Amino acid sequence: MNTLLSIKNLHIGYGGIQAVKGIDLHVEQGELVTLIGANGAGKTTTLKAITGLLKPTQGAIDYAGKSIIGVPTYKVASEGLVLVPEGRGVFPGLTILENLQMGAYTRNDRTEIAFDIEHKFSLFPRLKERAKQTAGTLSGGEQQMLAISRALMARPNLLLLDEPSMGLAPIMVQKIFEVVRDVSKSGVTILLIEQNAKLALQISQRGYVMDGGVITLSGESKSLLDNPKVREAYLGEDVGA
Amino acid sequence: MDTFLQQLVNGLTLGCVYAVVALGYTMVYGIIQLINFAHGEVVMIGAMVAFSVITALAGSGLPPVAILLLSLLAAIPACMFVGFTVERIAYKPLRAAPRLAPLITAIGVSIILQHLALLIWGRNYITVPQIVPTQSYALTASANSATITNIQIAIIILSVGMMAGLIALVYKTRIGIAMRATSQNASVAGLMGINVNSVISFTFLIGAALGAVAGVMIGSYYGQAYYQMGFLLGLKAFSAAVLGGIGNLGGAVLGGILIGLIEAFGAGYMGDVTNVCTLNQYFPGFAGLCDANANSSLLGSNYKEVYAFVILILVLRFRPSGLLGERVSDRA
Repeated sequence: MNTLLSIKNLHIGYGGIQAVKGIDLHVEQGELVTLIGANGAGKTTTLKAITGLLKPTQGAIDYAGKSIIGVPTYKVASEGLVLVPEGRGVFPGLTILENLQMGAYTRNDRTEIAFDIEHKFSLFPRLKERAKQTAGTLSGGEQQMLAISRALMARPNLLLLDEPSMGLAPIMVQKIFEVVRDVSKSGVTILLIEQNAKLALQISQRGYVMDGGVITLSGESKSLLDNPKVREAYLGEDVGA
Repeated sequence: MDTFLQQLVNGLTLGCVYAVVALGYTMVYGIIQLINFAHGEVVMIGAMVAFSVITALAGSGLPPVAILLLSLLAAIPACMFVGFTVERIAYKPLRAAPRLAPLITAIGVSIILQHLALLIWGRNYITVPQIVPTQSYALTASANSATITNIQIAIIILSVGMMAGLIALVYKTRIGIAMRATSQNASVAGLMGINVNSVISFTFLIGAALGAVAGVMIGSYYGQAYYQMGFLLGLKAFSAAVLGGIGNLGGAVLGGILIGLIEAFGAGYMGDVTNVCTLNQYFPGFAGLCDANANSSLLGSNYKEVYAFVILILVLRFRPSGLLGERVSDRA
């Protein structure tokens, strides 16, 4: 296998707080890997460091064999490493079509872009119906569909998803996880950050559990699902321990 | 009726210039929420550079239109250079600072640019050689008809062209969509591969280019330039942007034209309306003033600068976000 993302001994601190305290993590080409953990565990901070929004205090982040520490966000994105941010981050005043066009900002192949837009519309007919409306008029779930579609417009090598299910109705959560699984099956490598540990572990191949800025557990998602510690702390089950 | 038509023409001309300057304020505000108080000075530098070129070439025998074109071709890059440099040196380092810091910096930059102009062009009004003779065209058949001059026609056509061009740029092109994306969420724009710093620089460049043309227009209209001319002009254009709803391109155009019209109609009518003898017919208390000087008015045309600001205050009292300003719905 081919390592797409490799993080070694990563430390990140800001504002006097040490949010990430030496984590190791890797994602292989074609994998769907999840990083789960409670609020404040350091998951989003890790993502921000990967995308160049925060500078780590120590450690290494290699993407496709090259260090990306200190590389500006827009350059990381143009290398095919695309983040769907927490809270979706659609451009509320831009139309749905314009949002998708911005997703393809780093590309120049106009006919292929048009083809990809049609493809996203066929996946999410709701987006097509409202192509000329501003994204701010969409519901939360629809905005998440748009945010994922927009990220896919970049034809990413590695897709980072930050809490895609957050704040959505249960039926929408199911739908989003189906979409993530389908995107993964289509060959896109994914690192999924989630608080919804159960669903995240069900659709992923490997998982990391993060707590207090360190990775406390890692392994195959199936075995993590059966791990009593995970079941008690993150799946809300009483294992009688 | 002819006064009305005349002030309409004058007001539209001025309003077009204000609108073009207001677009520079509103674009920069839209993208980095900074009120670039130095923008008025960029307009002044545009006027000054153009005048230096016109003065230097006035006796060269070149056709007047060619000289005007050359003055624009000198003023536009000069202003773009100033706008770009100011952003890089003064504003960019403060991108993450509290909003008061860049605001104070902008006022500082404005003063620095004024004094730079003072050093280069001196402290006196510069009179521009009238290389293109003014021609007036009657608008009606009556003997004392309202007129429109060739300069006014040129200003209106040029302004409308620039506004249309800018709106097409912002709404139809890739860089324009990227500008709007950056203005709505700069960090997500970066995640999409948009180089936010380049987009911000581009915005300053476009604003400065519009300001340069506005400077040449206002200078040609009044026939003079002055190192402090950017202050009041900038303040009015900024008011126009706020009146229309800052951050909104259509609002800047609407606000600019309204401010121009208010100023022209105020200058044209308020003197007559507040003539002390006219007032005496309704309010007997003015008899003494009327006898002393029948031509004096409470609010003569020298008050014309005030009306725009009075209207601004009134509008903001009832619509704090300006006439067209509305927060885009943001449920995310």
